[in-house]
Parts: sequence; structure tokens; C-alpha cells
Amino acid sequence: MNLRMLKYLPILLGLFSFVIWTNSCKPKGIQTAVSGDAAVKAYVPPGKYDEFYNFVSGGFSGQMSVYGLPSGRLFRVIPVFSVDPEKGYGYSEETKPMLNTSHGFVPWDDLHHPALSVTDGIHDGRWAFGNANNTPRIARLDLKTFRTAEIIEIPNSGGNHSSPFVTENTEYIVAGTRFSVPMGDKQDVAISSYKENFRGTVSFISVDKNDGAMKIAFQILLPGVNFDLARAGKGKSHGWFFFSCYNSERANTLLEVNASQKDKDFIMAVNWKKAEEYLSQGKGMKKAVKYAHNTYSEQTHSATSKIETEVIVLDPKDCPDMVYFMPCPKSPHGCDTDPTGEYIVGSGKLAAMIPVFSFTKIQEAIAAKNFDGDYEGIPVLKYEAVLHGEVKKPGLGPLHTEFDDKGNAYTSFFVSSEIVKWRVSDLQVLDRVPTYYSIGHLCVPGGPTKKPWGKYVIAYNKITKDRYLPTGPELTQSAQLYSIDGEKMKLLLDFPTIGEPHYAEAIPAELISKNSLKVYKIEENKNPYVTMGEKNARVERKGNEVHIYMTSIRSHFVPDNIEGVKLGDAVYFHVTNLEQDWDVPHGFAVKGANNAELLIMPGETQTLLWKPDRIGVFPMYCTDFCSALHQEMQGYIRVSPAGANVPITFSTGKKVEAAAPPATK
Amino acid sequence: MKTKLFIYLSLFLSLIWLMSCSEGVKKDAKMYDVQELTKNQPEVHGTEVKEGEIAFSTPLNSEWVTGGKNIYDLKCLACHKLTDEKLVGPGWAGVTKRRTPTWIMNMITNVDMMLEKDEEAQKLLEQCLVRMPNQNISKEEARQVIEFMRKNDGEN
Repeated sequence: MNLRMLKYLPILLGLFSFVIWTNSCKPKGIQTAVSGDAAVKAYVPPGKYDEFYNFVSGGFSGQMSVYGLPSGRLFRVIPVFSVDPEKGYGYSEETKPMLNTSHGFVPWDDLHHPALSVTDGIHDGRWAFGNANNTPRIARLDLKTFRTAEIIEIPNSGGNHSSPFVTENTEYIVAGTRFSVPMGDKQDVAISSYKENFRGTVSFISVDKNDGAMKIAFQILLPGVNFDLARAGKGKSHGWFFFSCYNSERANTLLEVNASQKDKDFIMAVNWKKAEEYLSQGKGMKKAVKYAHNTYSEQTHSATSKIETEVIVLDPKDCPDMVYFMPCPKSPHGCDTDPTGEYIVGSGKLAAMIPVFSFTKIQEAIAAKNFDGDYEGIPVLKYEAVLHGEVKKPGLGPLHTEFDDKGNAYTSFFVSSEIVKWRVSDLQVLDRVPTYYSIGHLCVPGGPTKKPWGKYVIAYNKITKDRYLPTGPELTQSAQLYSIDGEKMKLLLDFPTIGEPHYAEAIPAELISKNSLKVYKIEENKNPYVTMGEKNARVERKGNEVHIYMTSIRSHFVPDNIEGVKLGDAVYFHVTNLEQDWDVPHGFAVKGANNAELLIMPGETQTLLWKPDRIGVFPMYCTDFCSALHQEMQGYIRVSPAGANVPITFSTGKKVEAAAPPATK
Repeated sequence: MKTKLFIYLSLFLSLIWLMSCSEGVKKDAKMYDVQELTKNQPEVHGTEVKEGEIAFSTPLNSEWVTGGKNIYDLKCLACHKLTDEKLVGPGWAGVTKRRTPTWIMNMITNVDMMLEKDEEAQKLLEQCLVRMPNQNISKEEARQVIEFMRKNDGEN
């Protein structure tokens, strides 16, 4: 640039600034469809807390993950249905029973839907539930500890997708069969005899209002359709439960085509108060089954697994006015009740409109017996009679709907990759935003409850393609955060998620953080293998079992020198963390262990089983950085040959007084 | 010259770009305070024990001595010997002669404050290099521990 040009500089600058000013805040196509203040709206300054917890399904990781909103920061992955070597879950002796089933130990599953407990239809911050789709189970997570507290297996089920979803006071959670299977005595049948032999069930699992303990209250025997999603009624529809179902064709092969033949499938309405009446009248049939019920005790820090052998089944044949079907177009997925409980929104995966049913009209149609025949003996209500109306031309492939606190609904559209906002009262479409890409479920904080907290809608996407740096053939799973404060939805943030995020719930942080446990009180530790203080640390031999009662504190183990173990012994390290300080877990690992590490919370006792496979001296150490001298937190265990006469000895900090006896005679 | 101009130009443009986007941005007023939300725990540190709050009497309260010993066995013994030998922390022999009761109480129940403010505590951290953990000991329990320390120092 020469001097002559300098005099034009101010003009040039002015021009430039104007161009930049006019452009910088505007959306620039789909890659940058973000408004100028998006970063600030999703920004949580260092040291500040997020406004919401977001409990997100881990999909085929089998776990549940916890994020902060609006930041999208990952706080914790809670192991639920899959082993987690990082936390020793499914590897420690105390946690192994949690993954027991009627099939034995199952180390993996597919967690689809989180559901948060409610009281009077409003989030109460006590528990989260999650379903296992593959080996049918439901888990209850304690939100004081962010740990899995209980897992119950679902018998008479081929796959648990339509689950868990809570009733207004968490009286029940449900489990509807995604896969129908032959039941009872006749199990070995031709697959082609589907229509004749395969049945579905929905199970109602009661939840104790004091301690959360789950129990299968009853099952309802149903035709062999595939149950997909469900929602409880609330407010005026409290006492009812709605389930979407597809494959009313009852196909057993190439469902992609064969289960999409009929113009309409169903939403099933269950009057569970009626079911309770039939149950107390003794209309239920006791069926012999086998299922595991696993409970984790916060007192003993250990899980127990019990095999149950009976379940009560109600058959709609013997229980009239309990179950109805409502026609719903094109393989419905979402089946969502609005905050008032009056409207039930069905979402046909292949539909180009959204039917909205009215609970009042459903009751009127039932009273007037306004039926359109029956399906396998269950009355089918007339579509027009129960319809509040249809949202016209909202998009393609509606999947799932949540609600805000202003009477609006937000529906995800998989095929057209967008979120559509519409008004529940007059079914008018108000706004739409693109998602990147192929949104599945979405979440509004409190969206499925009587009191939505609003503020954001989060999209959980099936495909991310070009949104993130490539990481080989598999790309990250992802969510997107949108603001719904104003009239227009605004994209604020993309954030990666673990596993496949099927569904999620979000809850104001203070409802949970105020109850969060910080340490287990050592005085209250009732683990039978606890070591109450270093004085009680010891090693005991029982036949070929060696039990090591060990303590850890910053930064040493007691004992840390152990001898007298012989090849063929089963060595149990019972490690008690004596710390009583928040966020100071200790880890424990020993060379050659065929399982995992232990991660022991303050005041807790956990046990690792180690079967040494060779003679020698093996180091063990603390895996979780605990202090400046963490690296020194180590010890040795000596393994002698099977016939050796090395006595059991153990110590920490003692100088060796005499040479150890020879290893062999 | 050219480079300089280019830098000025860039700076000026960035400034404009920043200004043009920050308009209308409001900070979220309802952001939670970290400390407020973490005050729910039954952890008992935080209240400073003041000079003169702790009174000694003789003979020793034998119930407190026993209670203090039990707490020592469970929560202190891992790092403190009863002799003058240093393990992780200093041995306890003579501690009641070296330190005031207020200092000991605060060290047990309010260690974060001590490591932040108290020079003697800071010196100890330099020697031991491990922050004394909060062992969730209440004021009443800490008083019993001191009684046990007095016993250990030969008082009756």
C-alpha cells in the first residue's frame, strides 16, 4: 500500500465495517445457522453451574449419561446395564449381582429411555428409570448417589422398548414388548405360526413411594403387535396409560415392508385403575416365570440378586373396559400426553400429518360404544370420534413430541430433519428449524410432565455426518440445543453424546444438587468385609480363599506387603476407603487381574477377586490420583507355589525383621 | 509499514465485528452459585472455633478420652502416630504442649481455612506435602480427640 492510497483508508474502513456489520450476525446457510448471541446463551463461565441436568440415554452403550444445560458439558456416565471397568461396575464382587438375569450374568444392554420420577406430575428429583431393550429389564437410579440402585427383569417379554415412563405420582412405570414371543408352555413353535402363538404384554411395575423399590404388579396379555413408546395420562387422564403400537399386520419377517401395509396402526389406551380393580377381584392369573430382581444396598455397599418365579397376568378377555385401541396413521412411534392430560399426540413414522386425540372424546366414545369393530377381541374406537384434530402438513415422518409451559408442542421430524413448533389448542404450525441431521427424540426440560420448565428444546440426532471432525468410519453421536424463549426457535449449540441418544429428560439443577451425597459415612458402613480403621487391617486364610481386609487413605494401603498366598488361591481384596472428604475416591489395581480396577468412594468398601496364575511378586497400586504422594501409593503381594510353607504375613511400614522362610521345602 | 497497516486494519475490523454481535446480549441472571449449592452436605467444616471457646479441666473426662481414642483408631491413626515419629502427618506426642486447643480444633474441623490462613499450618503442609483431609469430624468429636491427645501427653 503506498502513501497515496492512505487518504482513502478511512473511506475503505468505513465501507468494510458496514459490510461486516451487516453480515456478521446473519445466518449464513445451514453450516452457520446460528444467531450472534448463541455462544453467550450456551456459555457457562468457569466455576459456574449449569441451570439444568440433562439425563441422556446411552443407547447401545447400555449406560445413562448426565450433561449440563445449556453448556452441553458431560458430567458423568452412570453405568446401568453394561459393565464399566473404570468404576469396577460389574467387576467388583459387590456389583456383579446387579447384572444377573434369568440368563445368568449379562454384561451389556441397550438403554433407550430415561424417565424421571414425579410427584403430582412434577419432577421431584428422586429417581431416574431406564429400560433395557435387549434382555428386557428396567433400572432405577438413585439421584442422591447417581448410581444404579435396582434392576428388575421383565418376564413374558421379547424386548423392552415401550418403557419406562412414569405415572403422575410414580405409582407405576411400564414395560411394553417391542418383540412378541411365544409364551407359557408352548415355546418351541414355528416362527411362521406368529399370528397363532406369539403374544405381547405390557407390564405395570409399582414403585414404592418411600424407598423406590420396584415390583411387577401385573401384566396385561395382548395381541402380538410391537409396542413402541408410551405415556401416562395426567391431570384429567390420570389413571390411564397410552401405548403406541405398530405391526398390527403381525408380520414375522421383512417388517420394513410387511409391517407397513395397513394405513393405520394403533394407540392403545389402558385404564390401569380398572386393572387394579380386576386385580383386587382376583381376575389375575398366576403364571410361572423366572426373572431376576437385583438390589444395591447403600448400607452394605453390595448388591443382591433374587430370582422371582411368579407374575400375575390379566387377560382383557376376562377384564372388559380395561383396554381400547385407537386407530393412528402409519406405524406410530411417539404417543405423548400434553401437560393438561387432555391431548394425546400420535406420531406416525411414515405420516405427513400429526393426529391429536382428545381424552374427553375418548371417554365419550367409550360411553357411547362408538366402536369400529375390534382387533383380536379388543374394541377399536372410531378414529373420527376420538380425534381432537390433525396438524396439517407439519413435515415428514413425525417421531416424538414434547411440550413447553406456554401451550406449545415441539415435534421432531426424522425424514425432513427438523423441529416443528405448533400450538396445541388450534393445531397451527408456528415455527420450524432444521436439525443436523435426522432427529430422533427431542427434550424440553419438564416436557413430559404437568409442569414443563421450558426455555430449551434439545434435539437428539441419528446422523452427524459433516458436523464434527472426522474420526474414521464412526462419527460421534450428537445433540443440539435450541432456545425456545422467543417466538422463533434458535440453534445455540451442538454437543457430542456417548452411545446413541434415544431420549432424554432435563430437570432444574437445584432439584437434584441439593440432595447429592458427598461421602459415605464410614461409621455407617455395613459391608461385611469393611475394615474399620487401619488397626483392623488383616489377612485371613479360609481354605484356598485368602481375604485381605485392606484400607486406603492418602496415600498408602494397609497392608501393603502381603506374603503367604499360594498358586490356586482365590484372593479377595476387600478395600475400605477411610477418607471422609468429598471427591477423594481411591482406586485399586493388581497386576494380571482378569477383571478390572476398583474405584472406592470415601467411606465405602469394595472387593476385587484375583486369581493369580503364576508365582512371583505382584505390584498393586492406587489408580485414582489422590495426593502429591499418589505415585507412592503402592504395595506388593507375593505368590508362592501351591505346596509352599510361606506363612501368611502382612504389614505396612515395618522393616523386615528376618529373612522370609524359603519358598519351597 | 504495510504490515503495520494491515495489523491496524485487522484490529479495527475485529473490533467492529465483536461490537456488532455483542449488542442485545444479556447475561443470564439466574446462574447458580457454586458454593451455595454445595453447602448441603453433612460435612462439618466451615465454622471457625474462636479463642476461648475450648476450656480444659482436670481430671480428664474419661468418656471423652475413650470416644477420642475410637475416633483416632478409625480416622486419624492412618497418618498420625502417638509417638513423635512423623508418618504422613506429624506424630501426636506433645501436640497439646506445642499447640493451643483452638489451633488443634480448627486443624481438625476447619482444615481448609487453616491451610489458607495459618502460617503454622502452612509450614506443616510444606513439610508433609499432603493436605490434611477433612475427616468429617464434628466439633464435639474433635473436643473428644483433644482429650485423648491430653491423655497421650501424660495428663490425667
